[in-house]
Amino acid sequence: MNNHRYVARSSEIAARRLGNEMMIMSGKDSTLFSLNEVATVIWEAADGLTTLDEIVEHKICQEFDVELAEALRDAEALAEALAEHGVFLLSDEPFQYAPSGKEQK
Amino acid sequence: MSALMQEMNAKALRLGIPLSVQLDLTYRCNERCVHCYLDHDDHGEMTTPEIRSLLDQLAEAGVFFLTMSGGEILLRKDFFDILEYARALLFCVKLKTNAMLIRERQADRIRSLGVDSIQISVYSHRPEIHDAITKVPGSLGRSLDAIRFLRAQGLKVIIANVLMLQNIHDYPGVKALAADLGVAFTIDPTITPRMDGDRSILSLNINQASLRQVFRDEALVGDVEEFCAPPKQADEDDLDVLPCSAGHSACYVSPYGDVYPCVQFPLPSGNVRRTPFLDIWRHSGQLNEVRSIRTRDLPSCSRCVHVVGCTRCPGLAYMEGNMRGPSSQDCEKSFAKTGIPSNNLLSRKSRWEALVHIQSAKELVTLPAISPTPAP
Repeated sequence: MNNHRYVARSSEIAARRLGNEMMIMSGKDSTLFSLNEVATVIWEAADGLTTLDEIVEHKICQEFDVELAEALRDAEALAEALAEHGVFLLSDEPFQYAPSGKEQK
Repeated sequence: MSALMQEMNAKALRLGIPLSVQLDLTYRCNERCVHCYLDHDDHGEMTTPEIRSLLDQLAEAGVFFLTMSGGEILLRKDFFDILEYARALLFCVKLKTNAMLIRERQADRIRSLGVDSIQISVYSHRPEIHDAITKVPGSLGRSLDAIRFLRAQGLKVIIANVLMLQNIHDYPGVKALAADLGVAFTIDPTITPRMDGDRSILSLNINQASLRQVFRDEALVGDVEEFCAPPKQADEDDLDVLPCSAGHSACYVSPYGDVYPCVQFPLPSGNVRRTPFLDIWRHSGQLNEVRSIRTRDLPSCSRCVHVVGCTRCPGLAYMEGNMRGPSSQDCEKSFAKTGIPSNNLLSRKSRWEALVHIQSAKELVTLPAISPTPAP
């Protein structure tokens, strides 16, 4: 995957924060996901206007004790997996519309 | 339930989060089902802004599953505004409806808003039975058309078949109909007392013999031997379990803003028109009382042979007069499954026998008084 891609939350999902985790259900196939604290930071930062590598560099590596290369690898895998279930949208261009949800707490 | 869902439920319980809420948007209805527990008059439903505010509060409180029910939800002119607002807040929305007002356009809108599932009541595959229960001629046809429209949109539909005296022989037909339509099927053999306390509609409940037959239908319950297995011996841990999720990780809000532990547990716990939802959820004395109850606190049920496998509903127990008491309808189910009477059924039987003895004794005592002794 190209880390310069933009990541946006799909509107075809249900999501709610549960403690420090994010509970997400795919609208595409009703698969339920639980994102851990790190993945939740990526989720919350996926505004469609920021690239994945920017999120990793400025959010993940700032908040957690992790090497950039390792964090990028894990973030790529997460974004690809969630995109397969229609939870994330990926694009080489910034998204033109606001990401889903009035509330992303 | 998936392992992840169980984990989420356990976490919600630990954190005191209301994971599931049922919100009834209206009690008005375009059907008049013989077994319905509601008063269909409008006594002052929440307005659109009030419901939006409530939805904001529910999202803030951590609600994930939001079931919108009624009454008939599509009778509200602002139904799609409310649904759109709820989906924008990322709730996993489930709808309960009779679907009479769902045509192609509504089905398309429901799909575009990303609703998780739609549960539709179907009482029989025969119009003369279904329509007699809803008291609306043509209602089965309209509901089935709606199911086809929803399926054409690829939506998940569940046919809910409430069993009662009028339709007890029809569930195999409804099940076959659901299979033909490509939708899920669920039965419910419980008639709920009216919310105002009137228990007269319980006379529509299917009898013990029918219940026994339903519980032995492999097509419904799977492994009959396992489903109807004798009760397991309880250990100390079994007595510490929570009797139900009502008030723990789930609750109910009426169209008038009243908060209850569950739609089937009408214990008034606060009103969102007067108090913020989270304050009610966290501090209501009624909800906290419900939360304090463990199985060991149930005087009769904790000593009952069915304590481990019983489906006891605390709401039905409450409507019977005591939220710590037994729910007789669930006692009947345990009896139908296993042939072993619950503590409650045994005690009712012994009370009945005692009553008979008292009457007999009274007859004996009073006989001389009502039979004048002839004068010597």
